[in-house]
Amino acid sequence: MNRRALRKAKNAAFLVLSLIATMTGLACLAAILWTLLSHGLAGMSWHLFTQMTPPPGGQGGLLNALYGSAVMTLLGILIGSPIGVLAGTYLAEYGRNSRLSTVIRFINDVLLSAPSIIIGLFVYEIVVVHMGHFSAIAGALALAILAIPVTLRTTEDMLNLVPVGMKDSSAALGAYPWRTTLSVLYPAARSGIVTGLLLAIARISGETAPLLFTALNNQFWSTHLNAPMANLPVVIFQFALSPYKDWQDLAWAGALIITVTILVLSISARVLLAMLQAGRGSGR
Amino acid sequence: MIPSTKPPKHLKMRPPVAVAAERTEDLGPPKIEIRALNFYYGDVRSLHNITMSLADKSISAFIGPSGCGKSTLLRVLNRMYGLYPRQRAEGEVLIGGRDILGPNVDVAELRYRVGMVFQKPTPFPMSVFDNVAFGLRLGGGIRGAELKSRVESALRDAAIWDEVKDKLHADGRSLSGGQQQRLCIARAIAVKPEVLLLDEPTAALDPISTLRVEETLQALREKYCIVVVTHNLQQAARVSNVTGFMFMGELVEIGPSSRIFTSPQDRRTDDYITGRFG
Ligand SMILES: Nc1ncnc2c1ncn2[C@@H]1O[C@H](COP(=O)(O)OP(=O)(O)O)[C@@H](O)[C@H]1O
Ligand SMILES: [Mg+2]
Repeated sequence: MNRRALRKAKNAAFLVLSLIATMTGLACLAAILWTLLSHGLAGMSWHLFTQMTPPPGGQGGLLNALYGSAVMTLLGILIGSPIGVLAGTYLAEYGRNSRLSTVIRFINDVLLSAPSIIIGLFVYEIVVVHMGHFSAIAGALALAILAIPVTLRTTEDMLNLVPVGMKDSSAALGAYPWRTTLSVLYPAARSGIVTGLLLAIARISGETAPLLFTALNNQFWSTHLNAPMANLPVVIFQFALSPYKDWQDLAWAGALIITVTILVLSISARVLLAMLQAGRGSGR
Repeated sequence: MIPSTKPPKHLKMRPPVAVAAERTEDLGPPKIEIRALNFYYGDVRSLHNITMSLADKSISAFIGPSGCGKSTLLRVLNRMYGLYPRQRAEGEVLIGGRDILGPNVDVAELRYRVGMVFQKPTPFPMSVFDNVAFGLRLGGGIRGAELKSRVESALRDAAIWDEVKDKLHADGRSLSGGQQQRLCIARAIAVKPEVLLLDEPTAALDPISTLRVEETLQALREKYCIVVVTHNLQQAARVSNVTGFMFMGELVEIGPSSRIFTSPQDRRTDDYITGRFG
């Protein structure tokens, strides 16, 4: 066999292997979505959005869990994203090459890939234990810690994409760095930074482990930040493992809601990013 | 003002002498005085002992092969290099009689007095109006009707008013490349700087836009001390009163453009403008 034929054969084999791998991945995804849809759609009803989580055997919905998830996700983003955005700004604009930046980047990468259960345990140790009880605010803090590395990384990346000329032009007009950052760089990187926020929301809205140790759960309607609060992931976790059929159905419905929400967030993020890149292309 | 001669593809002949060059004899007192300027990127010296004076209300052009230090020279004049670590200038530079290299110089204020336009147009991500108003708002105090009229007159001076007057609220990035560059010129002159620096302002533009920008510069000559770096010899000949030739970090010679392009005194200048290298 000559060399060319051998290379062709290798190429074909490689192509087949890649195809098999792709198919496997897609098949898993399709199976997951199918299972979710077939079980979740059955449980879809208005009760989900109007009634509290029921006791076993009773009729109910997910209102308190949906509310709790929304509140804690929102609080988590409100606490975490300013820290992430400002730290990302520091790395991109002020301490680009300093040793401190290298350290921050390293820690951020560790945080980015840290198992979320560790974050949950950490907040449990420093907040829950000291307060003496589980609480929504502890849950929000755990989610905030998860949101920081995502927003930090995207903010830094997006600011680095802004053409240097833009920054220099602003400085050349006599603008101080803070003014350049606020008035020129943030608007230039706006859709990128918003994408980062959406991704962070998507990331934290489905987290179970950190909430298990912090907000726990609450079978009743509660708006107290200082008390345990229901939330979708933990409700799904508990209900899915229970022996009761109606609880399991609610868990499926909740899983479908979370998945669809995250899907919508991720797609919006992608669309925004595409718009950003299109704007960049036509802009200059 | 612009000669109709088409630029030859390869520069084998001397470029045509610009009409503008006739004004060179009565240039007033110097606006910029540079004495024994040396510039370093880290340990590498990129400007060697440059001494010269540039007149007010005139256009000075700098030509020379890539890497000879033209951009570096401009970046000294508004201390742009200060934004980057390990870059420093030695020597004396006075603008309007005031030292600009000293440690006590307010760099933001200096940059307010010395406008700069870059090779690539850099419209800010905001409306045409806000782009031009950017510098005026930085200074503070200029608002309302006065702001509007300052923006309009800057756009008029930059010869772009007629093209944008109906889309002042459109994003500056939606303009064409040539319009963007004139918008950047408008933004730079809106604050009425004493000096306007332009670093290859037409290098990224098509020939028509290039002509518009050159016309703009001609019109601005009456009001400002303009320093322009260009790769385009015809452009230097067309628009400038004075031309300086730089080579490997040195200012080889500087003089009235008419003389530099017809009877240069240094052989390197002659070689460059006749296209023997560069
Ligand atoms: N940021 C930099 N760091 C180190 N050297 C530089 C930097 N910028 C320019 N130089 C060097 O300085 C010299 C002059 O560059 P420049 O002023 O950009 O030339 P020109 O604008 O005439 O093409 C070149 O040799 C170039 O390599
Ligand atoms: Mg240059």
